[in-house]
Amino acid sequence: RRRRKVLEKLKEAVDERKKLIATLRGKPWPMRKKLESQVFVEKYEGALGKGRGRRLYAYKVMMRKVRALAYFYAFFILCLKYSGHFGSSVASYFLFLRWMYGINMILFSLTFGLVMVPEALMARPYGSIPRKTVPREEQANAMDFAVLWDFGGYAKYSVLFYGYYNNQRAIGWLKFRMPLSYFLVGVGTVAYSYMVVIRTMARNAKEDGGGDDTSFNFSWKIFTSWDYLIGNTETADNKFASITTSFKEAIVEEQESRKDDNIHLTRFLRVLANFLVLCCLAGSGYLIYFVVRRSQKFALEGLDNYGWWERNEVNMVMSLLGMFCPMLFDVISTLENYHPRIALQWQLGRIFALFLGNLYTFIIALMDQINLKRAEEEKVKFNMTIWQANLYNGTLPENSTAIPIMVDPADVPRGPCWETMVGQEFVRLIISDTMTTYITLLIGDFLRAVLVRFLNHCWCWDLEYGFPSYSEFDVSGNVLGLIFNQGMIWMGAFYAPCLPALNLLRLHVSMYLQCWAVMCCNVPQERVFKASGSNNFYMAMLLVILFLSTLPAIYTIVSIPPSFDCGPFSGKSRMFDVIQETLETDFPAWFGKVFSYASNPGLVLPFLLLMVLAIYYLHSTSKTYKHANLELKKKLQALREKTVLSSDTARNKMSLQTPREKETELNAELCVIQCNTITIRYNTINKISAAYNSMLI
Amino acid sequence: MKNKHLQKISFIILKMFPNFKQQYFLSRLFHRYRDLAPQLVPLDYTNQPDVRLPYELIGSMPELKDNPFRQRIAEVFSEDGEGNMTLDDFLDMFSVLSEMAPRDLKAYYAFKIYDFNNDNFICKSDLEKTLNKLTRNELTEDEVRMVCEKVIDEADLDNDGRLSLEDFQHMIVRAPDFLREVCNFHHRFTSTMRGKMRKKIQEITL
Repeated sequence: RRRRKVLEKLKEAVDERKKLIATLRGKPWPMRKKLESQVFVEKYEGALGKGRGRRLYAYKVMMRKVRALAYFYAFFILCLKYSGHFGSSVASYFLFLRWMYGINMILFSLTFGLVMVPEALMARPYGSIPRKTVPREEQANAMDFAVLWDFGGYAKYSVLFYGYYNNQRAIGWLKFRMPLSYFLVGVGTVAYSYMVVIRTMARNAKEDGGGDDTSFNFSWKIFTSWDYLIGNTETADNKFASITTSFKEAIVEEQESRKDDNIHLTRFLRVLANFLVLCCLAGSGYLIYFVVRRSQKFALEGLDNYGWWERNEVNMVMSLLGMFCPMLFDVISTLENYHPRIALQWQLGRIFALFLGNLYTFIIALMDQINLKRAEEEKVKFNMTIWQANLYNGTLPENSTAIPIMVDPADVPRGPCWETMVGQEFVRLIISDTMTTYITLLIGDFLRAVLVRFLNHCWCWDLEYGFPSYSEFDVSGNVLGLIFNQGMIWMGAFYAPCLPALNLLRLHVSMYLQCWAVMCCNVPQERVFKASGSNNFYMAMLLVILFLSTLPAIYTIVSIPPSFDCGPFSGKSRMFDVIQETLETDFPAWFGKVFSYASNPGLVLPFLLLMVLAIYYLHSTSKTYKHANLELKKKLQALREKTVLSSDTARNKMSLQTPREKETELNAELCVIQCNTITIRYNTINKISAAYNSMLI
Repeated sequence: MKNKHLQKISFIILKMFPNFKQQYFLSRLFHRYRDLAPQLVPLDYTNQPDVRLPYELIGSMPELKDNPFRQRIAEVFSEDGEGNMTLDDFLDMFSVLSEMAPRDLKAYYAFKIYDFNNDNFICKSDLEKTLNKLTRNELTEDEVRMVCEKVIDEADLDNDGRLSLEDFQHMIVRAPDFLREVCNFHHRFTSTMRGKMRKKIQEITL
């Protein structure tokens, strides 16, 4: 019938408009035309019936609001606003900081919500069992600030560290499986971090397109070198200067062929520079090892005999090395005479090697201490049996221990707890690193700026343009520092659940402090260029650090038995035995059987082999796709040379007019039908809307 | 306080942007537009008054005042092609130049910005003007000529001695810095309209 036909045509027109609107964002139409399309749909969509997506939409709106709040737009806006003064490299640093903050927020919520809070609320309180109480000998100074700052005393015997946790299988009325939760949270934080880093890398890689790097050198220089984020005249002047310099460089490179006279001298100097750098790295590694050995000696002789420096020697040495060696590398790299971008990459690589070497030396030294503590365990176990015997000797000698003797938990002799020691070391390292960073910031940036500004009047040479002048914001150095701190968090989070919380606080303070320092004491960089074209360089570094920092934790979990007297895994022979225990007790029998079959080496090895083969296959197919891509590009170029390119404008004009025509036509027809029976129209509309809804589903 | 702002916004715009974030930042943008010339721009846009702000005011905004292409940007987004912008043009400009605009849209507008003589092609004279604005006339004539020739060599696919939109898009989408640095403003919080079906259904009061 005519009515049905018209309504069908109406639905078609609305569908077409909807398809158009889905791509509306990408169309280069002025605002008014976009508004018209939306008005059209709005008018006629209602005629077809209201959609069912309302509730879902409201939920989505609420989630978006919550997410917006959670992203701390307030100070983020502040940072971005000020980083406009310096261009996008500084903005990229703050964006990276925000992203790290997001990851740490998730890690914090996991450790806080699933580990610290259940233990604090549902498990036995402080002072009820020996491992949760400060021993009698230490109680005198457990509240001293010096001891607390060192994370001893009450801080050590709290949910902040591994040693406090009880190994009771299920706690509270919820029957919360504490040891299982601890283990899974530890594994989960690592898994989550991997997932997030790899997902971000994949997203960045997709955006980059992975095309040729030098085929459009000049074109990119001319069209993409202006930084639209610049909002300050001084930065703009610098940017103009750097663009001009970059053009002149590129022109010179293009005009002359590279003549390498004295290629032998350059090569010799580069080899010499690398040799010097290797010496530095070896020296710093040895220094750390030596210092850790010394601290072990101090610990054996009792820390009270020594002053503040001896107690914090290791951390201070590591932080100072981290501060001065990069400057040394900078000086050595002047020998090499590389292009600045390549020199920066070498520099970053060397700093990376330095930090890595230091960290691993530190861990090896820690391993020695762990072994010492484990040797001590045997002695303590022996002593405890003697002590218990003595205790029962004093009262009725009962063979059955039906009547337990009330002993103050503070008096019970304690077994050594290597996990808490490891946790404490990492926390101390992070704190000293943070302090060093802040102090360098204050002295190196703020004090320097104050001195330059006020002494400039009464100094022989111009302090602002010569030495020392104001400091620049070192983006790559700061990003590296951020990455390495995160690595230390990942390493220590299993033994000190407080580390993500600490890191969150640190990042928060860092954001504000660095924002202020950038605004008040730094000047924009003279030469604005980045280490690489994409963010993936730093992401790749983060991934490597993630892998390398989870290795030691995994090694200790798998190969070292847990302490017998502290932590959620005490009493087990290996920490991962908690999984086995859960499978046996909490799951039905057939589940355990399936798992034991699945973990059979005969099954696991072929599976691993299959995965390796899959990786090889995917790699080779990706290579063929890249090759095919190149071929297609060439074909496209050849085609373009032959055919005439048709412009989009003609098509655009057409699509602008026809909806309007359609609109007037349908308007008229609809009025005619409306003039007829109203109830019949209402019924048909209902039918169509139902059909349409089912189409949606 | 935000309710007061929202009440003053154009009725149509409010209907089109049910999203809270969009409404809030639209109101901010409207007030930035108004702050350029409070005596010219009325608070009530229900009757869609025809108000155009002259180019001098637009070009003095902090985001644009240091940009060498500010005149071209204003000309491209203005209706009359001379840089005098209505509120619609202003919103258009910010929405294209925000970080949420899609890459192809940015490429299209970048092409129009660099096309100084508005002939839908970037020819050699356009390139020379771009380069001179970028380096503030510090390169010699020879150097400018050499760079322009090199650019045409690299990017011109149909061999007509000038860059068409397709050539430009083909070259620009591969640039690593394009999305991040170029054509991005501080106001990352404006977003272009999302013409999603469900939002419209919700707003219909039939």
